[in-house]
Amino acid sequence: MHLARVVGRLVATQQYEGLRGVPLQLIQPLDDEGADHGEVVVACSAISSGPGDFVHWIDGREAALACPESFVPVDATIIGWVEEAWSNGRKLAP
Amino acid sequence: MFLATVVGTVVSPVQIPVLDGRTLLLVQPVDPQGRKQGRVRLGIDHAQAGVGDRVLVMDEGNSARQMLDAKEGAVKTVIVAVVDYIERDGALAYDHRDERSTP
Repeated sequence: MHLARVVGRLVATQQYEGLRGVPLQLIQPLDDEGADHGEVVVACSAISSGPGDFVHWIDGREAALACPESFVPVDATIIGWVEEAWSNGRKLAP
Repeated sequence: MFLATVVGTVVSPVQIPVLDGRTLLLVQPVDPQGRKQGRVRLGIDHAQAGVGDRVLVMDEGNSARQMLDAKEGAVKTVIVAVVDYIERDGALAYDHRDERSTP
């Protein structure tokens, strides 16, 4: 599970049927100082997140388990909205 | 499983139900001597660990689901132990008593 900031949204009408109704969002993974880390990833959202939100997300098989239908081709899912995160004694505010 | 140092905390009031009531900690994977070795990530606390502790982290979904009794839960990284002492090649690599000041 990692930290990220939601930077966009994505709509795909032609997609795997198990993903109907599942929001797709662009997230920028963050490191332990809240700075950008790596490329933007497209993730499903299991909570009501939106652009600008500070979130945490999960990858791998567990990402599919967090979706309404657990047998979907998904490897990144937003599973929480982060209200506050402290790292190395500093409060992160991405 | 891997060794890590707890470097922070995460408060997440809106999250998937399986995480409710769980503490989320930021862990920095380290080698036995405490040198950074990989990317910081979030772990679900299962050992009452706190910031600065050296911990053992289990990073495998199936075991996490069994431990947290979450049959189809999206859980993977769980802090399973707080480390007191590490010995490697016959020499002391870590002792929580004198490491208390340097996370």
